Amino acid sequence: MYVAVKGGGRAISAAHAWLDETRRGDPSLPELGVAQIEQQMGLAVDRVMAEGSCHDRFLAALAIKQSKGDLIEAAFLLRAYRTTLVRFGASDPIETAAMRLRRRISATYKDLPGGQVLGPTFDYTHRLLDFALAAEGAPREAAPEAGAPVGEVPRVTELLAREGLMQREVPDDAEPGDLTRQPLAFPAARPVRLQNLARGDEGFLLALGYSTQRGYGGNHPFVGEIRVGHVAVDFTPPELGFAIDIGDIAITECQMVNQFAGSRTEPAQFTRGYGLVFGHGERRAMGMALVDRALRAQELGEDVTAPAQDAEFVLYHSDNIEATGFVEHLKLPHYVDFQSELENLRTIRRSAMQDLAE
Amino acid sequence: MTAPETGYTFAYLDDATKRMIRRAILKAVAIPGHQIPFGAREMPLPYGWGTGGIQVTASILGPDDVLKVIDQGSDDTTNAISIRRFFTRVAGVATTERTADATIVQTRHRIPERALREDQVIVYQVPQPEPLSKLEPRRAETERLHALADYGLMHVRLYEDIARLGHIAKAYDYPVMVNGRYLMSPSPIPAFDNPKMDRMPALQLFGAGREKRIYAIPPYTSVRSLDFEDHPFRPIRAPHACELCGSTDSYLDEVLTDDAGGRMFVCSDTDYCGERQAGANKAAAE
Amino acid sequence: MTALLTATGLDLRFGAIPALVDVAIDISAGEVVAIVGESGSGKTTLLRVLSGMMAPDAGTVLWQGQDLRAMGEAARRRLMRTDWGFVHQNPRDGLRLNVSAGGNVGERLMAVGARHYGNIREQALDWLKRVEVDASRIDDLPRTFSGGMQQRLQIARTLVTRPKLVFMDEPTGGLDVSVQARLLDLIRGLSRELGLAVLIVTHDIAAARLLADRMLVMRRGEVVEQGLTDRVLDDPQHPYTQLLVSSVLAA
Repeated sequence: MYVAVKGGGRAISAAHAWLDETRRGDPSLPELGVAQIEQQMGLAVDRVMAEGSCHDRFLAALAIKQSKGDLIEAAFLLRAYRTTLVRFGASDPIETAAMRLRRRISATYKDLPGGQVLGPTFDYTHRLLDFALAAEGAPREAAPEAGAPVGEVPRVTELLAREGLMQREVPDDAEPGDLTRQPLAFPAARPVRLQNLARGDEGFLLALGYSTQRGYGGNHPFVGEIRVGHVAVDFTPPELGFAIDIGDIAITECQMVNQFAGSRTEPAQFTRGYGLVFGHGERRAMGMALVDRALRAQELGEDVTAPAQDAEFVLYHSDNIEATGFVEHLKLPHYVDFQSELENLRTIRRSAMQDLAE
Repeated sequence: MTAPETGYTFAYLDDATKRMIRRAILKAVAIPGHQIPFGAREMPLPYGWGTGGIQVTASILGPDDVLKVIDQGSDDTTNAISIRRFFTRVAGVATTERTADATIVQTRHRIPERALREDQVIVYQVPQPEPLSKLEPRRAETERLHALADYGLMHVRLYEDIARLGHIAKAYDYPVMVNGRYLMSPSPIPAFDNPKMDRMPALQLFGAGREKRIYAIPPYTSVRSLDFEDHPFRPIRAPHACELCGSTDSYLDEVLTDDAGGRMFVCSDTDYCGERQAGANKAAAE
Repeated sequence: MTALLTATGLDLRFGAIPALVDVAIDISAGEVVAIVGESGSGKTTLLRVLSGMMAPDAGTVLWQGQDLRAMGEAARRRLMRTDWGFVHQNPRDGLRLNVSAGGNVGERLMAVGARHYGNIREQALDWLKRVEVDASRIDDLPRTFSGGMQQRLQIARTLVTRPKLVFMDEPTGGLDVSVQARLLDLIRGLSRELGLAVLIVTHDIAAARLLADRMLVMRRGEVVEQGLTDRVLDDPQHPYTQLLVSSVLAA
């Protein structure tokens, strides 16, 4: 006699125990430390902080360890944890002009005030597997040191704006939207769009940015400037009324310079696409800047024809935590609905067969 | 209030978040069938796995509540177990598999066969709250259509089904009109369950986490499945009796028993089926 | 005869370009009025303003004495699916291409509350016949139709709820000359039979002569001449109208 399937609870517990075992791998090998991940897989930590929208290197490294290196899963862990944290306020806007630079490059000028600073980059490395790295414990040569640029380094876009060649961004004192508190609504203002993109999936931003270069909403981009470094975060507690420096965060900023034909009422000017992300994430910041510019199509009087210009399409599908949940939920049982479809299909086929027979 | 799991507030969400969700629920009850946007939080379960329902349940749950969680009508499906465990862990509330004993029933894809009462609340997990989403993907546009009660498009879809197939082809997530005003997705329950929503004594709450919408049907509210006068709505079930309890009016799962076409039909609602079997055994013993 | 639609003092500029300059127009029940002019003259803009799709910078549009702007979007949309109809130049803008011909005609009926499948289908069949689309095509998708058929289907879809006023924007624009003539005949026949008021925008003087009781000539956003169609075409007063008429005669 048939007995309804039982034992789901035991199966879940056993599956999770097995997961723990596979996470540890071969127990004869030393266990990976969270500090090791934080130090030696820094770019993974950066990506998890960005997509998890929570700047905490230790928590991100822990999440990477717990997720066995699945970075979307790790970002998800970080987001879920963040839900439980008490929000006691918002920081003052950070000032990227005062960034302590590790890297700063411009593709639009050969040399410029502040100079080109290559910094720690994969650019110009030859992508040859380095078998020396497989031999652990080999001594490492220290990198030569040069003096970092001192003081504020002017932004390329600012240099252009002074000449009237770059459209000025009008400072807006209105409180920006907060996606972690208010759901997305359309039309979405630029601060909300940027917030969405800043924590969007890197692959999605990359692919959409790429599509604009291949003609789907093209806007002729130049990298005005990419800067990577640390900025101070200030917080002004209402009860004190003055700003307190609560620490530094690492960020990457990208400003793209894009063409704009101008109109009868406005002389031609460059316009900008903007990317700003947690940690060192140039690919993400560049993708974001391209998509930001593409999403300004309507505001700048361009036709909205390409996916990257379609705000609802882009902003509703950029979040990989939402995306992975909904795609993966297809694994959950759907047999009740499937049963309805089965019966429906059988009924429709039966009446069609009858019609044919008559 | 503290929870059994140290370090988290009762039912996981902080009090400010719960208040925000309760306000959304109150609005939803005040405008039956209308979707209320809310600031859904990231939950420790993935989007699409019941985060909306979980947030609604977490916001209405009290320490004296008795919670029942079902998925596909069963208490023992893995996701139902997982959600029940979550609430045991973060709220320490009593749980039950008996529909009659529950004060809150959280469900995915079914409404229990046993009629719910005034002192019960049913919370539906909703993947896509927008009934027009398959016809018009743009939210800005569907919101306008709801505001203007412009639902011709939905009827066109049903017309097309009949013209092409002779029947309305929607078998689950079958659209309903709530209180004669708002077109609403009943969540992906089978159309068979739709009539249970009409004038139900229990409060019905719907949570969509990923899409960040909450909606509700207050007790005893009219819920009509869309249809045509000459092609009336038909609740669909497999035309069999349950092999375990003999029920001919419950919704059935089809279970494959071998690879040679062998199959059997059993109740999808495991509590309902179990109670009927127990009743039959008791009657036989007397 | 009281006017259905009355507009006065309409002004609209796109940046430096005047699209409408102090335009006034009215149309009465059962009357066919043509707005003619070359492209860029403002005639399509006028149609969009009169049908409430676009707001003017100044001026008012009254529908049966009610101010269009004051009545709100919900009421305007209701008008658009009851007392009004709009026939677009490109049938793709006025049809649902992924919905069958019958569904396209039935949509307006369902939008105003029809809930009997059999009756909806019967009316759809009747209207397909009236616009000379073969009944056997009722379940086919419009994308399998020729351009002329699509345009006739759009007209059926628009007229099925018996509107009082139909806006038409170059309805024969994209069609072959032979197909144009047949469509114009159809529009003339239906508007007389149903007592429709039609406001038609066209650059085709011959079409205007065939259909319209009255006509307005537009140039650079201004109405330069208006009157009974035969009078305007046989005895044009304004130099621009004279040019327009003579260029047709020469062609």
